[in-house]
Amino acid sequence: MQAVSVVGDDLRETSDGPRLVGGRCRACGAVAFPRPASCARCTGSDVDEHLLADRGSLWTFTVQNFLPKAPYDGWAEFTPYGVGYVELDGEVLVESRLLASSAAGLRIGAAVHLVVEEYGADASGTPLTTFAFAVDGAPA
Amino acid sequence: MSVSIAGIGMHPFGRTEGVSGMQQGVVAVRAALRDAGLTWDDVDFAAGGSEAAGNPDTMVSALGLTGIPFINVKNGCATGGSALTVAAAAIESGQAEVAVALGFDKHPRGAFNEDPARWGLPEWYGRTGMMLTTQFFAMKIQRYMHDYGISDAALAKVAVKAFENGALNENAWRRAPLTEAEVAGSRMINHPLTQYMYCSPGEGAVAVVLRRTSQGAASREVKLASVAFRTRRFGSFEVFSPHLAAERVDGPTVDAAAACFEAAGIDPADVDLAQVQDTESGAEIMHMAETGLCAHGDQEKLIADGSTRIDGSLPINTDGGCLANGEPVGASGLRQVYENVLQLRGDAGPRQVPGSPKVAFTHVYGAPGVSACTLLTV
Repeated sequence: MQAVSVVGDDLRETSDGPRLVGGRCRACGAVAFPRPASCARCTGSDVDEHLLADRGSLWTFTVQNFLPKAPYDGWAEFTPYGVGYVELDGEVLVESRLLASSAAGLRIGAAVHLVVEEYGADASGTPLTTFAFAVDGAPA
Repeated sequence: MSVSIAGIGMHPFGRTEGVSGMQQGVVAVRAALRDAGLTWDDVDFAAGGSEAAGNPDTMVSALGLTGIPFINVKNGCATGGSALTVAAAAIESGQAEVAVALGFDKHPRGAFNEDPARWGLPEWYGRTGMMLTTQFFAMKIQRYMHDYGISDAALAKVAVKAFENGALNENAWRRAPLTEAEVAGSRMINHPLTQYMYCSPGEGAVAVVLRRTSQGAASREVKLASVAFRTRRFGSFEVFSPHLAAERVDGPTVDAAAACFEAAGIDPADVDLAQVQDTESGAEIMHMAETGLCAHGDQEKLIADGSTRIDGSLPINTDGGCLANGEPVGASGLRQVYENVLQLRGDAGPRQVPGSPKVAFTHVYGAPGVSACTLLTV
């Protein structure tokens, strides 16, 4: 069954793999994700589309160990998942799910890369996907 | 400022079946007026907040339809601070001689669930399981521990102290002391924070009666030396942020605390006791330094040597904080003020800070990056 991305236009499949679609302020250069209508730094209103780097390092992390309430619509059979901020050098830090079910493989500074993750399925069984970061070299 | 705390009132925190949040608020207002020796007829102005238990201004149906201005406020966990800010401003501006600040709430069990649209966030942020305040606090302390060498043991010790203090507080929700091993060994919620390191949404209400400070005020009259409220600046690390800027600046806690101390002309070193937002153990640790009460990294030693206990050199969260009282969001900030008034009056009973404290500080922090601080003096 064809998976459905819940992230919409904020994630794009390119010939080089998935990329997050952020915005970059034409006036001051500040990068934001998702792409905002105006810049929170200088209040400029010209924010150009900017594909974020797909590699970075883990700035901080946690592991979600309990089933979140709605609107969470991940797997009904709950498996813990990582959440962290990934520092994309000189651009921005992005909050993301992490491919990890415990803190064991996670450490601040770890090199990570962007992937697409199936995190749940809708009522008809169609898989739902979102973006996530995985630690380089970790088993998938 | 020329504002004094004339009276304080509280409805006990915890779970009270069959009593609405607003009814708890009415109980608190009546108690505060009794404490001040006033009646609702004497009140010129009110500001009230509740996150989830109704519109505070409808309380006039129970309190009395006297026609006074009653402003509803809503700033997440900092709501109590905004109620106090508004009520104090009414007195400072000459609009009122007597003003009431109040807060109440009644939350269902379990972690808060939020609607991304209400916070200007994309739907996927909630659907994919990233819109949880518990995650934010875990990620912030995780980074902080890495940067400043704070240990897992310090996280557990903060919770142990909270429940120890809560056991001495008849209005607290959780009054059973726990050992460090019990806290550390409880269920992992969001690494590195375990179940007993987190506060829970709960119920309760607090009201504070403010009055213009009179000439020749009584010697133990508690004065509101300052109150400051701030929102976040570009580059701070806040809850519900799908991204953080590449540059880092201080958060609203740092800004609000600095403004509060400056307005009062008081140095953080002069603080005799403090109540700081302890949504979880790590928050207390980080907020101690962000408010200027200690240097970053010093918390490890201060906590290990007992300095933050009631009989220590810097007592923190003497009523058990959010950890032992739970967090009825609208009431939580005013609970801190209530506790500091008791302490400054010398009325805190078994948990009284020794040595007649003279300067007491409060701090709240809430989504999406707001903070309010107060300084009370006698």
